[in-house]
Amino acid sequence: MEVVQTRVDEVESKFGVKKSRTPAKLDYLQSATGLMLALFMWAHMILVSSILFGKDTMYEVSKLMEGKPFFGESYPILVTFTAILLATIFITHAAIAIRKFPGSFKQYTLYRAHMKRMKHSDTNLWFYQIFTGFVMFFLGSIHLFIIMTNSADIGPYASSDRIVSEWMAPLYLLLLLAVEFHGSIGLYRLSIKWGWFDGKDPKANRKKLKKFKWAITAFFMTLGLLSLAAYIKIGLEHKANYGEKYIPTSEIQGVIK
Amino acid sequence: MSNEKGRILKISVLKYNPQVKEDKPKIVTYELEEAPGMTLFIALNEIRQHQDNSLKFDFVCRAGICGSCSMLINGKPGLACRALTSKMDADITLAPLPVFELIGDLSVFTGKWMSGMNDRLETWIHEKEEEEKACSCDTIEETMDPDLSDEIYELDRCIECGCCVAGCGTIVMRENFVGAVGLNKIARYAIDPRDKREDADYYDLIGDEDGIFGCMSLMGCEDVCPKDLPLQSKIAYMRRKMVAMKDK
Ligand code: HEM
Ligand code: SF4
Ligand code: SF4
Ligand code: FES
Repeated sequence: MEVVQTRVDEVESKFGVKKSRTPAKLDYLQSATGLMLALFMWAHMILVSSILFGKDTMYEVSKLMEGKPFFGESYPILVTFTAILLATIFITHAAIAIRKFPGSFKQYTLYRAHMKRMKHSDTNLWFYQIFTGFVMFFLGSIHLFIIMTNSADIGPYASSDRIVSEWMAPLYLLLLLAVEFHGSIGLYRLSIKWGWFDGKDPKANRKKLKKFKWAITAFFMTLGLLSLAAYIKIGLEHKANYGEKYIPTSEIQGVIK
Repeated sequence: MSNEKGRILKISVLKYNPQVKEDKPKIVTYELEEAPGMTLFIALNEIRQHQDNSLKFDFVCRAGICGSCSMLINGKPGLACRALTSKMDADITLAPLPVFELIGDLSVFTGKWMSGMNDRLETWIHEKEEEEKACSCDTIEETMDPDLSDEIYELDRCIECGCCVAGCGTIVMRENFVGAVGLNKIARYAIDPRDKREDADYYDLIGDEDGIFGCMSLMGCEDVCPKDLPLQSKIAYMRRKMVAMKDK
């Protein structure tokens, strides 16, 4: 760590120039945006998995998101706004977190060699986080853009058609893997980074946190895979009627009456 | 002591002498019989005495106090004098710590790195100028709460062995990073009421990505520190402090 060259910031601080407060803000923002995204992804998964309770439940949820219970009518633009808001947080998070990526092939190789030597799980976890973060640049952007521009087409049939007939299934599968690993690792590392659950015995609590982290990953991964399977099943059955919207059972019964 | 024969240990050492121009890094494997209570310190000395007197490695205290015998033991940084061979497989690989200047074989110049770090972070008590002048032998030192002094001395237990540095994925990539040893020292002075530096002064030292904001919470440091220093919670403490700091 020989610092041979004179560092401008050190010279400046000697002459009373205030050291930039930006690195502190960036560190905070990286964590805040990460936390918001991770918590949003939990909520998102709960909403998405409503399909496991049947098409009608998922239909109701989609209408809830469009504000129908509150305004009496559906406003898909609300979904568009939500997607824009999330895209903003997503891009901010990615822009800040990209600082941490290995900056050159040399750094990448050094880290990989370090991982191989150390066989240390937290050191490995970081690498998975970087890798899944990189994957989400692409997959996450595509998904967000489609939801922004097709916010009216979310429902048991419309979503299933998108997944099967419009080929989103492979993208969603990869995105699911990426989000669940990235998000739960991220939350675990956030807790350690800021010492949220240090308590009296940080070492023991870290072990517990890690177990909890894997439980969270397993839970949301299972929920995600089951939901995706459910959409794929509906999408396959609905292939012949691609494009047709779902009519909830209550309305059909109303017509028959 | 029993007369039973011990295991045959196979100790592979990454040997390289950068002082000799033609020398190339190579792995040399030594075989020796394990003795009861054997540490790597004992094993390496046997090897040097009976098999290869050119083998370079450092020891001073052989009791985990001086911090000179740190090396990569099966890939992980650790103190050779505290590593019992009975707790390891018979095949053991040893290599010098990365990051530090290599003197030869297992010997690295941690002292040079550490003194650079100590200079950079000014790891000593800073008094206000007036107080320094006013300091006289007649004034009695202020008393300190025993809990606080325990906390300070807990952090003072660092032996500058460099294990946390070699175990840190961040430093491996970004060599200007101060490392856990440096961040721990800043935390040590930050909780010491005798040090009159303020948060803004500490921010000047570690408030950037070569300092506290460079740490990616990989916890390599925490998990390899042979003195079990509370690095995880002290790094988090400094991070919270530096982020919460308000300019006056
Ligand atoms: C393009 C998309 C994304 C990229 C490139 C990205 C990249 C990263 C990287 C590189 C880190 C590690 C930073 C470090 O080591 O300090 C990180 C942390 C984190 N990410 Fe992401 N991420 C993305 C999307 C997401 C999403 C969708 C979530 C939510 C599930 C998320 C949640 C988190 C959390 C909670 C952290 C920990 C924050 C911290 O350490 O301060 N990220 N992200
Ligand atoms: S903090 Fe621990 S590992 Fe790091 S130099 Fe000090 S004693 Fe060694
Ligand atoms: S927590 Fe990780 S990045 Fe931070 S000092 Fe320790 S090993 Fe390095
Ligand atoms: S010889 Fe002093 S710490 Fe090992």
